[in-house]
Amino acid sequence: MNKLNVSLSPHVHSGNSTQKCMLQVIIALCPALLWSFYQFGLGAIIVTLTSVCACVLFEFLIQKFVLKVTPSITDLSAVLTGLLLAFNVPSNLPVWIIIIGALVAIGIGKMSFGGLGQNIFNPALVGRVFLLVAYPVQMTTWPVEAGYFDVATGATPLSLITQLVNGASGVSLESLGEAFLGTTAGSMGEDSALLLLLGGCYMLYKKTITWEIPVATLASAFVFACLFYGFEDIPGVSNWNIIMQQFLGGGLFLGAIFMATDYVTSPMNPRSQLIYGGCIGFLTMVIRRYGAYPEGMSFAILIMNAFVPLLNSYVKPKRFGVVKK
Amino acid sequence: MKTFKLGGVHPAANKLSAKAPIEVAAVPAVVAIPMAQNLGAPSKAIVAKGDKVKVGTPIGEPGGFVSSFVHSSVSGTVDKVDVVEDPTGKKVPAVFIKVEGDEWLENIDRSKDIKREITLTKEEIIAKVKEMGIVGMGGATFPTQVKLMPPPTAKPQCVIINGVECEPYLTSDHALMLAHPEEICIGVQILEKAMGVNKAYIGIEANKPDAIQLLTETAKKGFPEIEIVPLKLKYPQGGEKQLINAVIGAEVPSGGLPIATGALVQNVGTAFAVYEAVQKNKPLIERIVTVTGKSVAKPSNFLARIGVPIQQLIEAAGGVPEDTGKIISGGPMMGKAMPDTNSYMVKGCSGILVMKNEEARRKEASPCIRCAKCVHACPMGLQPNFLAKFAEKDMLDKCEEERIYDCIECGSCSFSCPANRPLLDWIRQGKPKVMGILRARAAEAKAKAEAAKAAAAAK
Repeated sequence: MNKLNVSLSPHVHSGNSTQKCMLQVIIALCPALLWSFYQFGLGAIIVTLTSVCACVLFEFLIQKFVLKVTPSITDLSAVLTGLLLAFNVPSNLPVWIIIIGALVAIGIGKMSFGGLGQNIFNPALVGRVFLLVAYPVQMTTWPVEAGYFDVATGATPLSLITQLVNGASGVSLESLGEAFLGTTAGSMGEDSALLLLLGGCYMLYKKTITWEIPVATLASAFVFACLFYGFEDIPGVSNWNIIMQQFLGGGLFLGAIFMATDYVTSPMNPRSQLIYGGCIGFLTMVIRRYGAYPEGMSFAILIMNAFVPLLNSYVKPKRFGVVKK
Repeated sequence: MKTFKLGGVHPAANKLSAKAPIEVAAVPAVVAIPMAQNLGAPSKAIVAKGDKVKVGTPIGEPGGFVSSFVHSSVSGTVDKVDVVEDPTGKKVPAVFIKVEGDEWLENIDRSKDIKREITLTKEEIIAKVKEMGIVGMGGATFPTQVKLMPPPTAKPQCVIINGVECEPYLTSDHALMLAHPEEICIGVQILEKAMGVNKAYIGIEANKPDAIQLLTETAKKGFPEIEIVPLKLKYPQGGEKQLINAVIGAEVPSGGLPIATGALVQNVGTAFAVYEAVQKNKPLIERIVTVTGKSVAKPSNFLARIGVPIQQLIEAAGGVPEDTGKIISGGPMMGKAMPDTNSYMVKGCSGILVMKNEEARRKEASPCIRCAKCVHACPMGLQPNFLAKFAEKDMLDKCEEERIYDCIECGSCSFSCPANRPLLDWIRQGKPKVMGILRARAAEAKAKAEAAKAAAAAK
């Protein structure tokens, strides 16, 4: 008989792993990814491949040559960051800009904090916001057809609403159905609320995520969309249409389901997750309605990322056997 | 179906021995009966080399208030009182007895007849339970008579019997419920009488439908105040606090006794042992133990005498397989790994689990990804990731703030961690330190209060 192994309980493990968790998120992203391939064609494929490869490569190089640790690219977290970065940019973005975005996402957003599990801000969003500020023209030119070179571009529904609210005339919105199914102009992966929702359901079923963050984010965004857009007199378009476009359009579903739920940068107990999600929904709508940008999801999530340590310190879970007096 | 509210996990059940009948394990040539088989103070040996004993002869007496009697499980001659390792590797004194025949004390009722009528009074029951060396059979081995004497401020309302057996692999309680439903119900009534209550629940997880059905039928036929409560499968439902929460919805206050909810919890094994002690005058000299594991040839449930070598029980189930990497006393979630198989059967050993080499090793830990799975798994509403970090850094004030003292060490956090982090290992490092601080603080406050009182009296 071998020498017996003596260790403390528990002696069994669920078999879950970081890699499996990441894989589940990647699988959940697939419906929306395939849809973007169909809708934006070659452009979507080029952007996705470039982003994923660049993120994985940068993670590998930084771990191997800068941090001098064993590269951990097999945990798939860099693949996921690459996918999410691609989801957040237009499908005709030049390759060199994507590579810069990947470097910022992995290098600054993740590795400079110490790698997986240590970063404060969502790496994909750090990359995205950097690109938005550094290359505002390329980052807000939205293709409305499949292809990569010389594709026709148009405005997103959200920027149209901003124009409408600010008194522009001659602007017409697309139908709500298009926003839900995903045939409007916009970032690659944020188009189809339906398919993102499908991915979200898969993650809930697999218990990859819990319901608190996405539901709180969406609910609060809806409430504040009603408050901010419900009582305004906007000629030529109904308030309900604008509210629903705000709810279904832009990065709200992508953000609520896939970005705000990022393990590392979100709070850890149900109560703080509800607060976190609620604030993201609120901030998003404040930025969209009163800010300079038509879209505010990325900023809202990044702002709330910064509050996560505070939430972790002050908001405690429901304890067993402790009754409030 | 009912279950507890906070947290919980679903480890694979692996009840390999669920269909195995109870087999009587052979009595060996020599037994060694440890003198520390209960939670609390160890027992003191009251026999010496050369003494003749029968089955049921007391050989150890309580070494304190929270302590138990120990009885000989065989007949023969005391060979020596020596130190052995108990199944957890702790060195404890034990009485070695050379077996000669199988002669029982005359006052033990060995007939198979079921004795329904409870003639003893409340006080007599408690005295009998103490005399017969009954302890909590679920594994905690808390002396039962102590639990039957709650503080005067407590208001007992019901008895909750733990037939959950939520630990994977273990089937000893299941086998017992199938074999002795009526005895268990009588045992429950004895416990009710001892506590002065007239309501009892038996909580059983839904993966034992045969036991639920059998006990429900038994209760219907003459135990109207006993309610069988099927429970939704979830670990750690067999934890005392979780079981109370699942069955009657109450929460044991943090730092308080379970009886504060009005419920007295006892294991089904304990209820059966109480029946045998009170109705049959039989001390706790044997118990059902599951010997199991994926590589074990014949996963079994044995009725084994206390003091039988563990090695012999494993042999009876087909021997220790070649690629064994770990042997556990108890279940895989909360059991303790044995350093070897040279120890002896004790009252609290509900299972012996043999694990293959590949199952026995933990995977290497990777960085915490803050996925919060441990937070969702924790049945006590704690945040194990923070607790482990604080304990690792010896930040004891933070550990206290995060209520490390509430941890029941069920292992749900480590079990669910995708990064394979040894969360509970760290929490176990911090918990006793914080408990020590709390005790010292309480003692200081008490001393201060007494000094103030004395000063006031002096004036």
